[in-house]
Amino acid sequence: MKHTISVLVENHSGVLSRISGLFSRRGFNIDSLAVGPTQDPTISRITIIADGNEYTVEQIEKQLNKLVEVIKVKTLEKDECLARELLIAKLSVPADKRSEVMTIAEITGAKVMDLTLTTMTLELCDTYSHLKRFEEIIAPYNVIELVRTGTIAISKGADTITAKK
Amino acid sequence: MRMTAAQAIVECLKAENIKVVYGYPGAAICPFYDALLDAKDDIKHVLVRHEANGGHAANGYARISGKPAVCIATSGPGAVNLVTAIATAYADSIPIVCITGQVNTDQIGRDVFQEADITGAAEPFVKHSYLLSDPKDLPRVFKEAFYIAGTGRPGPVLIDIPMDVQKAEIDFEYPESVSIRGYKPSSKGNYNQIKRVLSALESAEKPLICIGGGVFASNAQNEICKLAEIMQIPVITTMMGISVFSDENPLFFGMLGMHGVASANRAVNDCDVLFLVGARVGDRAVRTPLTLEKTTKILHIDIDPAEIGKNVGADYPLVGDAKLVLQDMLQMAKPMEHKEWINHLNLSKAKKDFDKAPEGTVNPREFMYKLSKTMPANTIVSADVGQNQIWAATGYKIKDGGRFITSGGMGTMGYSVPAAIGAKMAAPDRPVVVICGDGSFQMEFMELATAIQHGVAIKIVVMTNNRLGMVRELQTNGYNDRQTAVFLDGSPDFIKLANAYGIKSYRVTNDETMDEAIDMLKNSDELCLIEVVVDKMAKTL
Ligand SMILES: Cc1ncc(C[n+]2csc(CCOP(=O)(O)OP(=O)(O)O)c2C)c(N)n1
Repeated sequence: MKHTISVLVENHSGVLSRISGLFSRRGFNIDSLAVGPTQDPTISRITIIADGNEYTVEQIEKQLNKLVEVIKVKTLEKDECLARELLIAKLSVPADKRSEVMTIAEITGAKVMDLTLTTMTLELCDTYSHLKRFEEIIAPYNVIELVRTGTIAISKGADTITAKK
Repeated sequence: MRMTAAQAIVECLKAENIKVVYGYPGAAICPFYDALLDAKDDIKHVLVRHEANGGHAANGYARISGKPAVCIATSGPGAVNLVTAIATAYADSIPIVCITGQVNTDQIGRDVFQEADITGAAEPFVKHSYLLSDPKDLPRVFKEAFYIAGTGRPGPVLIDIPMDVQKAEIDFEYPESVSIRGYKPSSKGNYNQIKRVLSALESAEKPLICIGGGVFASNAQNEICKLAEIMQIPVITTMMGISVFSDENPLFFGMLGMHGVASANRAVNDCDVLFLVGARVGDRAVRTPLTLEKTTKILHIDIDPAEIGKNVGADYPLVGDAKLVLQDMLQMAKPMEHKEWINHLNLSKAKKDFDKAPEGTVNPREFMYKLSKTMPANTIVSADVGQNQIWAATGYKIKDGGRFITSGGMGTMGYSVPAAIGAKMAAPDRPVVVICGDGSFQMEFMELATAIQHGVAIKIVVMTNNRLGMVRELQTNGYNDRQTAVFLDGSPDFIKLANAYGIKSYRVTNDETMDEAIDMLKNSDELCLIEVVVDKMAKTL
């Protein structure tokens, strides 16, 4: 099972290595990890997509909580959160195939970021599962480079995850 | 007050009431050592002969004093040598604060001479660590380090300080309090849950208390003993919990686990409710936690939420400081009886008849037994790792007020002598006995010099079998007795070695010499050593 775990951490150097170290030494599997600043410059937020059963997520949460620089940990329920990930793909596209790719972009909601005589670069911001489907669709069009940011997520409605004062 | 950061470190140590530090200098920590010289009347520096032993000595000191203790190393090799001790303290949740020197800030990351990323290397084994880059942070960092090391589930904290930072000038003021938003250890247990745990214990027919090292960490020895007495519940311990309960107490059934005693393992098998107090149910204690949780109702107190449900599922989890939780329980506990259950367990208590050992050797269990009968009640036993450790853990009968320390979680050979030095310095009036093997002793005997230099009168027992006995036994039982790499030929004559250090010694090879040696050990006011020769095929259990 995939779990979306939000972690508020002190914006210190070294925090990320503590967290990634924890995952590797305890044998937790991460699908993606995305980190960035929050509205409070002293706090960063990490979104981790991890794979595992109930026991594993519980251990992940508890072990993360033990790190002194971790301020808050919350697992976001699948239906209760808004999640997005950005994908950028560079395709090697001859001129006669361009319109085909354009159509795909239009239907999937991807944007053309860059165009050259031989390549097209597309961006798509969506959920993990949409991006997966998108990857399958563009696979036949000679993908020469593809990057993804990893998922970030926030809870639906008025709920927030904040550091207690 | 204006001072160098190095002087500020000394002030921090004074503010934390640190009287002794264990260390080994080098260029990168010299600014601090220079400042420490000016405080020599307040803080004693003990020059250990290897950095790991500095960490183990601090470990022993911390266990006996109940407060964080300090060790020091230089950058690079010094710091890396400390890693074993950090991991050892981490595995047993012992509060130590480790201070390491680091190369100058502007040289970090350039692989300069004696540069090692010690915060990186030690990361898996520290409760927390700091690489101090701004000298202004120093007072806060020290305040936090001691607080983090000693509160919640205790553990080692590392502070790595570049040389230029040590030399910088700062305005020193030691903070009065700490506020770390990511670190708020829970202490009081949930009251309703405490009531539920108590009533589960009350309704049990065959309840059992299993004590772990957490009871020492929270200083809850009295509380747990009282609860067991009032409710007449039998008690067993993990290796880390040994000496919370006296062996003379009729409610006590010994240490459980792979190397534990039959009565304790029988108790775990047969109980209907198991009350774990500060015990994490490691693999050496309970080999099949999944079977246990199916057949037994489990109540589990731990201050670390992550320990609850990690190794064994708990029917009644209870996060909190054992002392506070047990105090609440004692308020409500009513006297009970479990005569039948206790009688049942008494049947599996081992009888004390010892096999005759082969010519020229003594029975190690008999030796432990006699030693424990002779030594005063308040003796501290520091056991190493291997067969010697198990002989001590199960054969040395702890009296009320006694204490047993060992490297339980990491099983670090070479722990016992330096830890005993720390323990003795924390409690100079108590006898401290080391039990080690001839293998482990050779990982630590350089610390005899440290003990002599500082007049630390520990009593050392080396159990010699000319083998790495426990590994030999593993090979005998698990590898068709194909013994390899376990022979200690080439070892020195330990009596001559003792002579070389100018200390009293005695070799025990039979029952008569055993009694004399034990008397010598008991009566000596100085550092002394006895060598106890045991059969090379002697069994652990
Ligand atoms: C630092 C370290 N290295 C290796 C081991 C593995 N080990 C466990 S017990 C043991 C043998 C100990 O031999 P000795 O000290 O002579 O004690 P004995 O078992 O003979 O009593 C060894 C090598 C260990 N625990 N620690």
